Amino acid sequence: MRQWAEYSLEDEGGRAKLVLKGPLLISTIGKLDRYLRTFEGEVAEIDLSQTTAIDTVGAWTVLRFAREREAEVTGATEQAKRLLKAVEEAESSADISPPLRLLRLRVPERVGELVLEFSVGARQIIAFMGQVVLCSLTLIRHPSRFRGKAFVRQLELVGVSSLAIIGLMSFLIGIVVAQQGAAQLRQFGAEIYTINLTGRLTLRELGVLMTAIMVAGRSGSAFAAQLGTMKLTEEIDAMRTIGVSPTEALIMPRILAAVFMMPLLGFYASVMAIIGGAFIAELTLGIPFLTFLQRIREVVPIHDVWVGLIKAPVFGLIVAVTGCYQGMQVQGNSEEVGLRTTMAVVQAIFMVIVLDAFFAVFFTEVGWA
Amino acid sequence: MSEEQIDQQVGDVALEEVPEHFDGEFPIVITGLTTAFGENVVHEGLDLEVRRGEVLGVVGGSGTGKSVLMRAIIGLQPVAAGCIEVFGKDITAAEPDEEIGVRSRWGVLFQGGALFSTLTVGENVEVPLKQFYPELDQELMHEIARYKVVLSGLPEDAASKYPSELSGGMKKRAGLARALALDPELLFLDEPTAGLDPIGAAKFDELTRELAETLGLTVFLITHDLDTLYAICDRVAVLADKKVIAVGTIPELLESDHPWIQEYFNGPRGRAAQASTARSKSIDKRDRAGA
Ligand SMILES: Nc1ncnc2c1ncn2[C@@H]1O[C@H](COP(=O)(O)OP(=O)(O)O)[C@@H](O)[C@H]1O
Ligand SMILES: [Mg+2]
Repeated sequence: MRQWAEYSLEDEGGRAKLVLKGPLLISTIGKLDRYLRTFEGEVAEIDLSQTTAIDTVGAWTVLRFAREREAEVTGATEQAKRLLKAVEEAESSADISPPLRLLRLRVPERVGELVLEFSVGARQIIAFMGQVVLCSLTLIRHPSRFRGKAFVRQLELVGVSSLAIIGLMSFLIGIVVAQQGAAQLRQFGAEIYTINLTGRLTLRELGVLMTAIMVAGRSGSAFAAQLGTMKLTEEIDAMRTIGVSPTEALIMPRILAAVFMMPLLGFYASVMAIIGGAFIAELTLGIPFLTFLQRIREVVPIHDVWVGLIKAPVFGLIVAVTGCYQGMQVQGNSEEVGLRTTMAVVQAIFMVIVLDAFFAVFFTEVGWA
Repeated sequence: MSEEQIDQQVGDVALEEVPEHFDGEFPIVITGLTTAFGENVVHEGLDLEVRRGEVLGVVGGSGTGKSVLMRAIIGLQPVAAGCIEVFGKDITAAEPDEEIGVRSRWGVLFQGGALFSTLTVGENVEVPLKQFYPELDQELMHEIARYKVVLSGLPEDAASKYPSELSGGMKKRAGLARALALDPELLFLDEPTAGLDPIGAAKFDELTRELAETLGLTVFLITHDLDTLYAICDRVAVLADKKVIAVGTIPELLESDHPWIQEYFNGPRGRAAQASTARSKSIDKRDRAGA
């Protein structure tokens, strides 16, 4: 059991005397402090002679109560006196939480901020894109300043190390598409069209789209978190002062790696999806594996491959730019890193899907239906 | 509210047990400590005892493992061999997050401050209070946070600021405020005055000494600052060659003929610090004689 500080009230010739007992420590004061806060009545003297130990919290409690009742503190040891003096000198009435504005001011303020943020954000992202473009022009003029090592490292992180997960995901998607497609097409006796469905859908849409989503989740978030942390620890400021442009050293390799890797990953994903489709077709539809692949060549027009390959680098660009942009916007604290990382992923996926819809309409219009 | 209600309320939230005050002579006892990062052995067979109520200065060249030693004592650094007893409890046997009744009795100021960046300074101070003494009245917690902030030498209004809004020196002080939150028996300070201006550093020294005396603290103070050593340390431990090569008062250390110690205390900076303490002591004497 824990020992708590206690008190008793004594009457000494008409003067109320509060006698405190036991240790007045942070670990024992919990009850006494609450008693005293609800205590009613006059007290003229606080007697500490029966206390066994005291720390600053005990001293503070005594001091606060003595001040409130204008009581005199007696029986204090040397140490108690010292502590009382120390906490008295350190007393403060300042706020602990950051100042909070009135609700009726805060709401319109916040709305205004949101609107402004939107336009400021738009301007900032244009400025950011501008920096990237300028930087690429510089790099074209001075190719020796290109960070080859960082680029290769990012190629590995964005591309090579995601092969397994993207391959598995695509394989499974291929299975789902072929299986569900077959179930519907069977009603018309058109099961053989499962091959067209799987081949065209994955090469044209799903392969690249799912890859972009995966890369946004894996690499876009990593870009944002890493750059954000570097901003917090002033690494990016340090780079600038040395004359190293963060755009050149950090952002360009990441963007280029994503742009370069996305078509490869997208195509790889499509191939894996087709293999998944062929696999399930062999198992459930009785279409031999190799026949499935053979038929793909005949039924998928080559422009479907082009559609996928054209979209992929654009998606890669979007994912990398959003990730890097959000990372560079971090300031203040670690919570911001989390928020910005989330934003990077959400915005990247959203923009990729919106753009994908535009592409779908566009390519149909130009006759690549 | 009646006292029964208060008892009920407190009983509901308070922890069952709090550790007893430590009465032994040595709050920290290290025997045969070996720590390593892979191949890189930082300490080998290191022994050290810290006496209750003393301010122990720990010095040593950069990279000799002062911070690692502190992390080992507070249980953050895995230990390859040896034993570290804090308040008589073997810290090396405990899991990193295991509660063995010592964490509420020490305060730690990390080299970089290590404040929680999403909380204000005042809220930072309240974190350990809420963790170990949830029974304290909300209002009392706020009051404690406020006076600890001022006690640590920060201006009042710093309590509501976020760490990112503070200067380096202020972060150190805020870290000290949090380290002092629980009125600990043992205080670890990792280079508290590094990066402070001389006036700020001198004030920090004074504050540490004052707190150590008022609160009866035992202080484990890592420092490079010779002025700090002369001003506030009762004893100094010298870390070199993966061991504590000497512990003692500064005059005792000056007798030693270890080259590093000689160079450290008798180098140009060492002598300047010696001279200035000698000066201030003689001024003290004159003042007293005059009074
Ligand atoms: N997290 C770590 N990983 C690997 N080595 C470390 C780590 N932290 C410290 N070290 C090594 O331990 C040694 C002591 O470091 P440290 O205790 O920080 O030195 P100082 O005495 O300056 O505080 C150094 O050689 C350093 O390289
Ligand atoms: Mg260190």
